[in-house]
Amino acid sequence: MRFAIGRPDPKEAQTGERLSMDMSRPGRRALDLPPLDVPEAPPPPSHLLRTSLRLPELSQNEVVRYFLSLSRLNYSVDSGFYPLGSCTMKYNPKVNEEVASLPGFAHVHPLQQRHTIQGALYLMFHLQELLCRITGMDSSSLAPAAGAQGELAGMLMIKAFLRDHGQSQRNVVLVPDSAHGTNPASAAMAGFQVVTIPSNAQGNVDLEALRETLGPQVAAVMLTIPSTLGLFEPNIQQIAQMVHEAGALLYGDGANQNAFLGRARFGDMGFDVVHLNLHKTFAAPHGGGGPGAGPVCCKSHLAPYLPTPVVEQTDEGFRLTSPPRSIGRLLAFWGHFTVLVRAYAYIRALGEEGLKAVSTHAVVNANYVRTRLKGAYHLPYDRPCLHEVVFSTVRQKAKGVKALDIAKRLIDYGFHPPTMYFPLTVPEALMIEPTETESKENLDAFCEAMLAIAREAEECPEVVREAPHTTPLARLDEATAARRPILHWQGG
Amino acid sequence: MPSPADRLYTKEHEWVQMEDTVGTVGITDYAQDQLGDIVYVKLPPVGQQVRQMEPFGEIESVKAVADLYAPVSGEVVEVNGELEERPELVNQDPYGRGWMIRIRLADRAELANLLTAQQYDDYIAQGADA
Repeated sequence: MRFAIGRPDPKEAQTGERLSMDMSRPGRRALDLPPLDVPEAPPPPSHLLRTSLRLPELSQNEVVRYFLSLSRLNYSVDSGFYPLGSCTMKYNPKVNEEVASLPGFAHVHPLQQRHTIQGALYLMFHLQELLCRITGMDSSSLAPAAGAQGELAGMLMIKAFLRDHGQSQRNVVLVPDSAHGTNPASAAMAGFQVVTIPSNAQGNVDLEALRETLGPQVAAVMLTIPSTLGLFEPNIQQIAQMVHEAGALLYGDGANQNAFLGRARFGDMGFDVVHLNLHKTFAAPHGGGGPGAGPVCCKSHLAPYLPTPVVEQTDEGFRLTSPPRSIGRLLAFWGHFTVLVRAYAYIRALGEEGLKAVSTHAVVNANYVRTRLKGAYHLPYDRPCLHEVVFSTVRQKAKGVKALDIAKRLIDYGFHPPTMYFPLTVPEALMIEPTETESKENLDAFCEAMLAIAREAEECPEVVREAPHTTPLARLDEATAARRPILHWQGG
Repeated sequence: MPSPADRLYTKEHEWVQMEDTVGTVGITDYAQDQLGDIVYVKLPPVGQQVRQMEPFGEIESVKAVADLYAPVSGEVVEVNGELEERPELVNQDPYGRGWMIRIRLADRAELANLLTAQQYDDYIAQGADA
């Protein structure tokens, strides 16, 4: 057996298995409080008091060691390669953190008077402009808190636009089966009925199926581009024409803009509205559930409906405003401002050439992995990909080794597993997105691990089926954990 | 293994077994295998009307969430409450104790839209998606 770098030492990690409650000793304290120097207030009446609030009693160094040992079990993009497909786990330059923590950005309050926050508004205004340039759109709003909220905003904008144009009967949204899973959910949340459009054998939208389904009821088509197969839609201009001739609008899911940043623009392809994920493409740290930012960018006919606020430039400086027919607010205040700061710093630091280089390297890296692994793993769509590549482990499944097992075995080799079982159109899918920030040496180490696992699946499949072997805990029983979750301390 | 011949199937991998006017509904062995360990089954209340090939519930595994499609239209007359506590029955016994709902059939003619066991087995042999 061969292991790559970065695996946790099981002995070292042992303390992480002990719960803080196990270490608790009655009366132990992390802090000594000074003597009371104010009159003692009576406690709340007893019927309002919990009978027992079981908290661990620990000394300060026990608390510090406990949480430090837990943190050392974490895997992050700062600890190693993280090829989680569709998530763009690129390395986030640390200078962005420094910029976002400048007091003028970090310490402003959203209700401050506007003449005191002109710098922050300047940044938002210019980020709006930059995102319009990048997407080829006319207007944008930075309000949405995440990609899926950007989708919802776009759907609500389309709904409002159609209502204002006497087209309220259009209540169907078409979503290809290779779209992000959030797309149909967002359309349904906006009150549309969702109809799925199949892909053809090449992984593109089935144009005949689309033609048959387009009609007077269709409000919009939601297209993820590149698709969740990591493939560009070569018929996009024809699709845009068909959609518009049928009186519908075209929504673009730009979450994976890393694939053609600086090279192709949604506006030029014929999209009416698109959202971007700043926390993926524009290097704001993510993976722990946020905060993210999912700005929407649109053509001028949808601009009056953009979510509140947008920043506009006036003779008296920048100000926050609400577009005339706005769909309204999506969250409290003005969006996740420090995510916007990071994205702005990233775009300005890289410039036009730098952004082009991002997509070049992202695509070259994914195709490098595709080419190196396609002898060992089945490649359902054997054509050049963009930022990510989807393999199927059906060949290994014949030996009783599933995509899940291969993902678990990668942990032994020191890598974060790729996305599994998505897209749903590929059985036993492993979706690999290397991103642009990895060196050839790292990609080679990952590919060597994948090739070694393919050999193991042939020669000693049980080693793969029982992985991981090097983590503090072996294969977790995810099914029982989901069926009968234990959510609180069970001890005495 | 061939699918049981005593019932009819959908391309979405549900089965229905008719007894007079009531059909018992579940998912196929192929479907439970593709989904992996089932952790939750969301079923409709008794009395709800369902329509052929429209979703009547949801099934969640460690891998994915999928809609459950009604093989026939009609009224839900019984629900397998045991699945609430033991969703793994769908994995262990998809054609028996893993049944999901019973529907009082509204239109017998709809049965003609369903696949026989042989047709279903041919369909999955051609590489149907789960």
